[in-house]
Amino acid sequence: MKILALIVSIMTGALLIYAAEDFPSWGDPNSPTSLHVSPRYITKTYEETKIPNMVTAVLADYRGYDTLFETTVIFAAGITVLFLLRGNRDD
Amino acid sequence: MIEKNENIILKNITQYLVAFIQLFGLYVIAHGHGSPGGGFQGGCILAASYILMITTLGIEDTKKKYNEFKKHLFNSLGVFIYAFTGFVCLLLGANYLDYSGLSNLFPVDPIKARYIGTFVIEVGVGITVMSIMLTIFVELLTVKRKQS
Repeated sequence: MKILALIVSIMTGALLIYAAEDFPSWGDPNSPTSLHVSPRYITKTYEETKIPNMVTAVLADYRGYDTLFETTVIFAAGITVLFLLRGNRDD
Repeated sequence: MIEKNENIILKNITQYLVAFIQLFGLYVIAHGHGSPGGGFQGGCILAASYILMITTLGIEDTKKKYNEFKKHLFNSLGVFIYAFTGFVCLLLGANYLDYSGLSNLFPVDPIKARYIGTFVIEVGVGITVMSIMLTIFVELLTVKRKQS
């Protein structure tokens, strides 16, 4: 059974490595990920938001929901620590 | 529990250093637009100043400055500022978290309103991150195990 698992693992790994050959090369400006929204953020961020820092504009304005729930996750973590550690007290 | 440190050099240096660290944290939050930084980083720096105070001046003296009420208030105030800003945008006729709707409230054009909205939510993120970092540190420091 262990040998079967090993064979399956090796075959899956080989398949993934074979598939990785078809990826666009690292940092290729013509790859699909670089052509979709990146040029718009790079060229239009300052006109649309007047924020000189592109990273902040994407983080807080274009991707506002993401940052809202990141903050909520931090809040939930702190409240969880509060509940767990104070629940152990006798007084 | 960390006891009060009686070393006079540490105590005096800390008192002056904390002011500069907090000023730097506020700078990082306020200039998150133009330079690397923002709410998360600035909040961590502000929390670090309080952690410095706890480790040198002792937890009892620090709690006089940052008491339970402030802790519980600031924990949720930051998330509230963030979500409430989005809700105000909704009330003013824009989408949720679309800060250009704030131009109906302030006498600025919609593009500048997005700038202001970004600043407001960065402040909210900074408050929550500062308070939560400090809460986790203080709670782990003062935890009492059950006698089993």
